Amino acid sequence: MEAKEIIARRVAQELKEGYVVNLGIGLPTMVPRFLPKGVNITLQSENGFLGLGPLEGEPMPGVVNAGGVPCGLAPGAAMFDSATSFALIRGGHVDVTVLGGLQVDEEGSLANWMVPGKMVPGMGGAMDLVSGARKVIVAMEHCTKEGETRILERCSLPLTAKSRVSLVVTELAVFSISHGEFVLLETAPGISVETVREKTGARFAMADKVGEMALA
Amino acid sequence: MNKIVQWPEIGPLFRDGMTVMFGGFMGVGTPLGIVAVLRESRVGQLTLIGNDTAMPEAGVGPLVASGQVSRVIVSHIGTNPATGKKMIAGELDVDLVPQGTLIERIRCGGSGLGGVLTPTGVGTVVEEGKTKMAVGGKEYLLELPLRADIAIIKAKRADRAGNLVYERAARNFNPVIAFAADLVIVEVDELVEVGEIDPDMVMTPAALVDKIVLSQGA
Repeated sequence: MEAKEIIARRVAQELKEGYVVNLGIGLPTMVPRFLPKGVNITLQSENGFLGLGPLEGEPMPGVVNAGGVPCGLAPGAAMFDSATSFALIRGGHVDVTVLGGLQVDEEGSLANWMVPGKMVPGMGGAMDLVSGARKVIVAMEHCTKEGETRILERCSLPLTAKSRVSLVVTELAVFSISHGEFVLLETAPGISVETVREKTGARFAMADKVGEMALA
Repeated sequence: MNKIVQWPEIGPLFRDGMTVMFGGFMGVGTPLGIVAVLRESRVGQLTLIGNDTAMPEAGVGPLVASGQVSRVIVSHIGTNPATGKKMIAGELDVDLVPQGTLIERIRCGGSGLGGVLTPTGVGTVVEEGKTKMAVGGKEYLLELPLRADIAIIKAKRADRAGNLVYERAARNFNPVIAFAADLVIVEVDELVEVGEIDPDMVMTPAALVDKIVLSQGA
């Protein structure tokens, strides 16, 4: 199974019936495909609505996702302005945000919006999402293409938010951050704790029982 | 009071050095007819305030490419390579503001507030140079109001008085910037008589709108 699919399948297990969820662009948008049967969630789009759905048929005027791409609206969708959209986000009305990352550290800080001198696209809504969502899940590949770990003692890239991440899901492992402790919860099928340790720059504690990632 | 204007009356409303707020998210909800007028005019040294600089051929992108803009205050520039190039070349000042903070600063500017306290940006480069305050044991940044000389808005429908209805996600920044500028110009797809928009459905009240122009595609 491809790394991205492993990550998306595992993240999907975190989403519960009735949750309001905001998904970042890229990998996080794969998550709804793998929702457990019977779990219905409402997707929030920071450009101003609840009830994001897949595009069915022709694009409709004014119906685009936060990447500007035509999308669909679920029955019962609600549209609003950007101030309301970010009141939902900062006000704790979004249960979970799932975002990609460049780096995460053992304090639960996330860097995902710029690489000085290389990539300065702007933070868009990411800083508000990470600051305000009830639960922040980072869904990313464990290492860069060059093989460097993305999970560090301290992020070296500019932060998106400090100490707000509560779960990190990679194709190798799942970590939680709670009460300032970075804990290995699960490893992927066939991946040993030693492998995870080799590929992780952060210091981590072990859960009482380190489980195997459920990819159902 | 007649707020309906014709296209030739739009260009002369803009001057060099003005600050212009625009509606739109990646160009969706941006008044493209008004952007085209600005593009054809010789107005320069503009400061633009809005969500993003869209793409080179979308939203306010053409104004960035033409060099008529000297400063942008936005949350995202990544989809328009011209913005980044001009920033690196020193031809364009770019203030990047978190999207939720940007819209709240505009809301403050339009609603008589001296600023807003937000947790967004605490512990990041965004906090540099800003007043930090603790309220109830949590840290916040003081973010200051933004206003503009002119707001340019795209609406689906207006009545002749200026009550506005937006379409789907094209609403975004539009109703908020309508409060925060000295002059508010709206480009609409559809113009109806006063009374034809149900008062419960009005998204921007007519009192905020100064000029209405009918979209040429409509």
